[in-house]
Amino acid sequence: MPDNNFGNPEVVEEEVDILIIGGGMAACGAAFEIGRWVEGTDLKVKLVDKAALDRSGAVAQGLSAINTYMGENDPADYVRYVRGDLMGIVREDLVYDVGRHVDDSVHHFEEWGLPIWKQKGDEGKKLTEGGKPVRSGRWQIMINGESYKWIVAEAAKKALGMDRIQEHVFIVRLVTDKNDSTRIAAAAGFSVRDNKVYIYKFKCCLMVCGGAVNVFRPRSVGEGIGRAWFPVWNAGSTYAMAAECGATLTLMENRFVPARFKDGYGPVGAWFLLFKAKAMNAFGEDYQAKNFEILKDNKYDAYASGPKMGTCLRNHLMMKELREGRGPILMDTPTAMAKLAENMTPEEIKHLEAEAWEDFLDMTISQCGVWAGENIEPDKEMSELVPTEPYLLGSHAGCAGIWVSGPEDLPGTPDSYHWGYNRMTTVKGLFTAGDGVGASGHKFSSGSHSEGRIAAKAMVKFALDHRDWKPEPEKTAEELVEEIYRPVRTFLEHKDYTTAIDVNPHYITPKMYQFRLQKIMDEYVAGVSTQYQTNRKMLEIAERKLKMLWEDRKKLRAKDLHELLRAWENYHRMITATAHMKHIQFREETRYPGYYYRMDHLDIDDGNWKCFVNSRYDRETAEWKLWKEKYTQLIKPSDDEPEGLHRPGSEV
Amino acid sequence: MPTYVRTDKCDGCKGQDKTACMYICPHDLMRLDKDGSETGHAMKAYNQEPEQCWECYSCVKICPQQAIECRHYADVVPLGAQVQPLRGSESIMWTIKFRNSTFKRFKFPIRTTAEGSVDPYKDKPSPNMDELTDHSTLFTKGTHSCDMNEFINREMSQIIDKLAE
Ligand SMILES: Cc1cc2nc3c(=O)[nH]c(=O)nc-3n(C[C@H](O)[C@H](O)[C@H](O)COP(=O)(O)OP(=O)(O)OC[C@H]3O[C@@H](n4cnc5c(N)ncnc54)[C@H](O)[C@@H]3O)c2cc1C
Ligand code: SF4
Ligand code: SF4
Repeated sequence: MPDNNFGNPEVVEEEVDILIIGGGMAACGAAFEIGRWVEGTDLKVKLVDKAALDRSGAVAQGLSAINTYMGENDPADYVRYVRGDLMGIVREDLVYDVGRHVDDSVHHFEEWGLPIWKQKGDEGKKLTEGGKPVRSGRWQIMINGESYKWIVAEAAKKALGMDRIQEHVFIVRLVTDKNDSTRIAAAAGFSVRDNKVYIYKFKCCLMVCGGAVNVFRPRSVGEGIGRAWFPVWNAGSTYAMAAECGATLTLMENRFVPARFKDGYGPVGAWFLLFKAKAMNAFGEDYQAKNFEILKDNKYDAYASGPKMGTCLRNHLMMKELREGRGPILMDTPTAMAKLAENMTPEEIKHLEAEAWEDFLDMTISQCGVWAGENIEPDKEMSELVPTEPYLLGSHAGCAGIWVSGPEDLPGTPDSYHWGYNRMTTVKGLFTAGDGVGASGHKFSSGSHSEGRIAAKAMVKFALDHRDWKPEPEKTAEELVEEIYRPVRTFLEHKDYTTAIDVNPHYITPKMYQFRLQKIMDEYVAGVSTQYQTNRKMLEIAERKLKMLWEDRKKLRAKDLHELLRAWENYHRMITATAHMKHIQFREETRYPGYYYRMDHLDIDDGNWKCFVNSRYDRETAEWKLWKEKYTQLIKPSDDEPEGLHRPGSEV
Repeated sequence: MPTYVRTDKCDGCKGQDKTACMYICPHDLMRLDKDGSETGHAMKAYNQEPEQCWECYSCVKICPQQAIECRHYADVVPLGAQVQPLRGSESIMWTIKFRNSTFKRFKFPIRTTAEGSVDPYKDKPSPNMDELTDHSTLFTKGTHSCDMNEFINREMSQIIDKLAE
């Protein structure tokens, strides 16, 4: 229950040169890089995370693979792989930039203590000493990754020192400068532990709060709703806060619908790639082969071959089976394991079984819980796969995010790709990386770390270039406290009106706010319940309902600090969701079949839509402006890339 | 599979300012009930919002008393199974008990260096301030080799150069 000062928080103000918002992979990369560059300067840096660095962000449980490692590959091939997976429209400058730097981050992880699997004969030999990693795919390497985040955080903490890190503070909003509305000057948030509002003034900041989870109604309904695939605590803060201060977003229509083991969301990558397992429909048919022909129906085949068939297209082949009643989709784990075991000693078979379990124990422990609870042993019984609810993210197999300036040294980058410092958004002083950067997916953990480093370096330059500039936030501390603590005050003012604390006409609990958002998104914006299908009319309804949800933001209540956290997380989700809906509405084609379908525009339409969709939000009017932005190909198409990838971008 | 805290094991982290589980949970779920007014168990922790638990096991792994366990989410998973880790400084041991009492145990390495031993800048080059705007390098100078002939425009500019000759 509230203490006496609840409602009247202490205000902590601090002025630094550079603020890092978030403590995940990108933030830890930024901390590592920046610590060194600021050594000889007097620049002040601070990092603020809503949780504790050791386990915050998507890598909290650990991971079982590093999904982006070049090794023997050229970064240009990495670009081809990413554009293939993301249906031809990516910022190739940004992808390339990650590609050329990512291995250095991986080499550091190994130096700091992350165990990376090596091929037979190379055990104990570091990557930098020529040790050959165990690849589960062309770009992925296997690790013993339980302590991945712990190790990466240790380096970040050492690089900055704990006095430059503030944990357990949730950032609610950015504040633009009084004298220049296209520039940011501050960030404001609150402690989830004590009754305090934090206001940081700065010259520039890195917004790296991860992607957006629980924007859509999840498949689980009760106790299991927290068990989403992506980490529930990433609430779209990155996109919402950037949008609210006027930053241009890009490809927010993109989403990721991973096909995962049902109910536990266990990863399938290692099963497909490392153990060579096959998936089939209820009748034992290889539905991928069987359905391949349907890709021609809506011109999807122009993206369906080559170095990487789009993940969404694989989903598309699966969804046909589910829609037409030939589910469940089953992963044939017993056959795969038996096949692998054919030439193995009992000792090796035991090791194989351990590897299969470790894949889950290192990053999706619940899948083991589901299997153990249902008595499923993967070598004896098949398991169901299912497409999950949609997630918005920019670093995994998705590319929603913020439009940023790229590197200037790559041949052929158009002016629209760079206007300022590397990884700076269209708002002066606001940088992002990892899940924040749009149109450049497949960075994963390692690429997000590298991108944080790239942005950090650029921020040092920015801060030095603006050495004499003093931030003057356009909002006063009182105004910010008023805004951030409004849910608390709403609660205190009205709580005694009714006898039931959660049912009160004057406020809405953050939980119900979330449920309302999820229901709208699920039913009208191509969620699970409509089999990922939507159309213009459904989106119109969604728009109307979302508008009212936006209006009701003023009635969010918070009965304690924990609920205040939930209130603002769900506010961020609502803004992010609205961006997603608006972008889907604008793009009149189905660019990502298997992620979502515009049933009124089912084709891929390269003539009109091989381009980015960008948007800008006006915080005062709550209006969105959307437009097409030209896609430019930088890396030569290779012969084995399909037709669609050879096409130039459409005129916009 | 939300976490739960066993009353017989939790000691409230001996009344310290921060309990380990509260500190580590990325989703702000663990809470210490100081006076027992919330749970009936004074000086013990509890999961205040079980349906928001990602089951990341961060709290389970860090609890010094091994007081935290998971009960698989009841709207999906049949009762009776358990997945429990014991995390040491070099490895983690997992015990998996199936509903039908099948039992599995696995041990995996977690790191190759001592905890706390990371020295991020040891033997690293000092940054060269002149390279602050050179995008092809970070301070550690570990850039991957790049075949610039893979760029479309690279070739075009070479053709233009040739034409000019
Ligand atoms: C289930 C799963 C499996 C994956 N598998 C792999 C894999 O096998 N290999 C691989 O390489 N990658 C994998 N990834 C991807 C990888 O984890 C991400 O690409 C990477 O973590 C993204 O980094 P980030 O810094 O952008 O976000 P995160 O690492 O998620 O960090 C976000 C940070 O922001 C903080 N934060 C959020 N909101 C706020 C706020 N409002 N105020 C302050 N702080 C805030 C969070 O606490 C956290 O510290 C996986 C991810 C998941 C979820
Ligand atoms: S970490 Fe363990 S012992 Fe400490 S308060 Fe939490 S449950 Fe209790
Ligand atoms: S398992 Fe993870 S999300 Fe659940 S209470 Fe523990 S630390 Fe928090």
